[in-house]
Amino acid sequence: MASINVAMTVNGKAASGTVEARTLLVQFLREKLGLTGTHVGCDTSQCGACVVHVNGKSVKSCTILAAQADGAKIITIEGLAKNGELHPMQAAFKEHHGLQCGFCTPGMVMSAVDLVQNNKNPSEQEVREWLEGNICRCTGYHNIVKAIQAGAKAMGR
Amino acid sequence: MADTGIGASVRRREDARFLTGRGNYTDDINRPGQVYAYMLRSPHAHARIKKLDTKKASKAPGVVAIFTGADMKTGGLPCGWLVKNQDGSNMAEPPHPPLAQDFVRHVGDQVAVVIAETRDQAKDAAELIDVDYQPLPAVVSLADAVKPKAPQVWEQAKGNLCYDWAIGDKAAVDAAFAKAHHVSKLDLVNNRLVANAMEPRAAIGEYDNLSGDYTLYTTSQNPHVIRLLMGAFVLQLPEHRLRVVAPDVGGGFGSKIYHYAEEAIVTWAAPKVGRPIKWTAERSESFISDAQGRDHVTHVELALDKNGKFLALKVQTLANMGAYLSTFATCVPTYLYATLLAGVYTTPVIWANVKAVFTNTVPVDAYRGAGRPEATYLLERIVDVAARDLKQDPADIRRRNFIQPSQFPYQTPVALQYDTGNYEATLDVAMKMIDYKGFAKRKEEAAKRGKIRGIGLACYIEACGIAPSAVVGSLGARAGLFESANIRVHPTGSVSVFTGSHSHGQGHETTFAQVVSDMLGIPIEQVDIVHGDTGKIAFGMGTYGSRSIAVGGTAIVKALDKVIAKGKKIAAHLMEAAEADIVFKDGKFSVAGTDKSKTLTDISLTAYVPHNYPKDLEPGLEEQAFYDPLNFTFPSGCYIAEVEIDPDTGVTKIMRFVASDDFGKIINPMIVEGQVHGGLAQGIGQAMLEDCLYDKESGQLLTGSYMDYCMPRADDLPSFEVKHSDKPTPCTHNPLGVKGCGEAGAIGAPAALMNAISNALGIAHLDMPATPERVWRTIQKQKMPQAAE
Repeated sequence: MASINVAMTVNGKAASGTVEARTLLVQFLREKLGLTGTHVGCDTSQCGACVVHVNGKSVKSCTILAAQADGAKIITIEGLAKNGELHPMQAAFKEHHGLQCGFCTPGMVMSAVDLVQNNKNPSEQEVREWLEGNICRCTGYHNIVKAIQAGAKAMGR
Repeated sequence: MADTGIGASVRRREDARFLTGRGNYTDDINRPGQVYAYMLRSPHAHARIKKLDTKKASKAPGVVAIFTGADMKTGGLPCGWLVKNQDGSNMAEPPHPPLAQDFVRHVGDQVAVVIAETRDQAKDAAELIDVDYQPLPAVVSLADAVKPKAPQVWEQAKGNLCYDWAIGDKAAVDAAFAKAHHVSKLDLVNNRLVANAMEPRAAIGEYDNLSGDYTLYTTSQNPHVIRLLMGAFVLQLPEHRLRVVAPDVGGGFGSKIYHYAEEAIVTWAAPKVGRPIKWTAERSESFISDAQGRDHVTHVELALDKNGKFLALKVQTLANMGAYLSTFATCVPTYLYATLLAGVYTTPVIWANVKAVFTNTVPVDAYRGAGRPEATYLLERIVDVAARDLKQDPADIRRRNFIQPSQFPYQTPVALQYDTGNYEATLDVAMKMIDYKGFAKRKEEAAKRGKIRGIGLACYIEACGIAPSAVVGSLGARAGLFESANIRVHPTGSVSVFTGSHSHGQGHETTFAQVVSDMLGIPIEQVDIVHGDTGKIAFGMGTYGSRSIAVGGTAIVKALDKVIAKGKKIAAHLMEAAEADIVFKDGKFSVAGTDKSKTLTDISLTAYVPHNYPKDLEPGLEEQAFYDPLNFTFPSGCYIAEVEIDPDTGVTKIMRFVASDDFGKIINPMIVEGQVHGGLAQGIGQAMLEDCLYDKESGQLLTGSYMDYCMPRADDLPSFEVKHSDKPTPCTHNPLGVKGCGEAGAIGAPAALMNAISNALGIAHLDMPATPERVWRTIQKQKMPQAAE
């Protein structure tokens, strides 16, 4: 199996490694960099537990190869809180009980932050449609939707 | 204290780690030198293994070892509940080997385990294993399995029958039917579901050859039970040599209760390869290896008098067990289902017959609600059919038959005794919330827009807090069920609570801490909740059946009582008072009638550094309790759904969904509401989207990934309106008065929705899920002239 050297910026720090050509970005993050906050919930790119930001946009890290992210700027859930303070979206999820088992949560939060980057004040329907690519089995989405709308407001402040 | 004590919506302390990516799920754990396991699984639903050659695969890059059923001849995975046939004989109980022995019986059955340096290498090597299968005829549906010439899943289970069980008085039921004014009848299917916790199952087996100690990290809802089953039956390891850790677990919904083959395989193989072994399921693998849920076919008849009073209920159910008996499988369609067929009604006589059937499908076991959703669905559907038959309002017919508050404790004709309830109160609240009276107007308005509007209600009851050891024992459980708690008060007054309950999303670290902080009168920050590790906790029966707060929480209360009693002894000694004069209140031990008092911290410090204790006072402040309740708890409620159907597309839109529940006393309203939301989503998923389907001929799973099993997504669901009853009825037999809330939504929602959809369509019944296609076809059929049918 051919090996490839990859280098990228992850959460503001340089990261590099040698991977098999078939290595997915999520595998590189979890297994080579030990950033286990990004989760794998399915093998068909349906669940969204692995969403990270690649060059500022939300991407399912199981849908791209590590090699495709060579040179990219990646933000994972571990890179969202700053100076020990939760990101406003993370804080909103806590305040509005937008999580239960926590497994889909990192992907939800990363998706939500990208939504608000594009739409500062999303309606309930817009939030629900945006979450098409993220599955949660615990919350019934009710509180996730509330949390994202509150998080959007807090991010705008 | 008020803002963090019992009854406060304390924000969850576990959230910080989950929100920042610092959760510690099994697949996040990496052990030094770890290797990876991949399970080679059967592509056939039923076959004989003629040849299994691993030579070529064992030479593939990175391969460390390959094991097959020929290598692993251990005990089988045990079934925890013994059901007796009507004639008193035992159920058929075929073996369940962790790795297939000569035969495979469902798609996904484990045939071999490949262990390699990387996951990908293990997977690559598995491709090189040469298996020669002789395919055998397979059977997947209940209807086919009980046909006279059906293929046989097990030689020792004639006619594919696991058991033929019954409850109730058949003669009395027949007599009541003979005298009835009217009999309503219905055939219905409770569709098979896949639990689909977002975290796929995973396991890491580790062995220390110097100490002889095994450690298993696993995605389990009850680590102690896994240790017990694996230790006593499968691998026969002494408990003190086997530690089972279930760290953060990403949802369970029942599918992580059971002891699975993969856990046994990685633990058994760890000493053989001399390195820790990690196995993580892929989602498509979860679809063919996690126990699935529901899958009943039922014929029900309800006898009524001319006023619509229920006289008798007769139920005949076929329940699919799949190919093997999973840990709880046999108790679900019997003791968790048929015993709830009285529902919230005074039906005087009931008879239910359940036949459990083997098929060449993935094993079926408890899934959120387990038996209770099946009972509620069938009962609340037949009640609606009866209302339709007798031209009565569905709310009125229910009201007429409710068990009244004055009738508690109420003994049902199917074994259970309900302690409290007020069914009319929850019905009233729900009807008010949705403006039931205003429905006709809304229907008219919808019709003007070309939409068909319907309303449906369901009144559920559930038996929660699964435990009473004597009761479950009499029902065939091979183990009693209870819960344990250990409270360790540290010298400076902080507290560690060791609980046998397991949290996989329910928020125990917060709720349990609220109870402790409230009772001891100390800040919640001083309370630590420890769970999920057999190395730390004496014993536990885990979390399922909404038992955590009712059973686990009460065990904590019992241990706290002992801590306070010991604290009083110490306080009496310190203040030179009689023990009987010590009063404990708001975190202080005081001498009655004086201003002398000591804080818990004074007491705990003295407990650990004594130098002048009397002889009969032991140092230390740590207490343990095991709690076995006297009865189940019986939460109940009323759910109402209002839907609009587009007749051109068959698409059903939920306009509103209101839930009114009585959970007794509530510890954390925010968490309780979250539990209801999640349950509703799963109940609505069953009613409208989810369906686990097998190909009838080949036994292949047709819905084997998120591409084709329809998981509810955010825009499939409405916002929910949830209210706890205005008149809650606290549980009478636990000190907290709590009942449990985790499964309610999944129990009540399917019937409410299907009643609403049937109401909209003006038909007696439609099987779940009410997909647009199924609804559209129903509408088209109605348009056809009668003769065409």
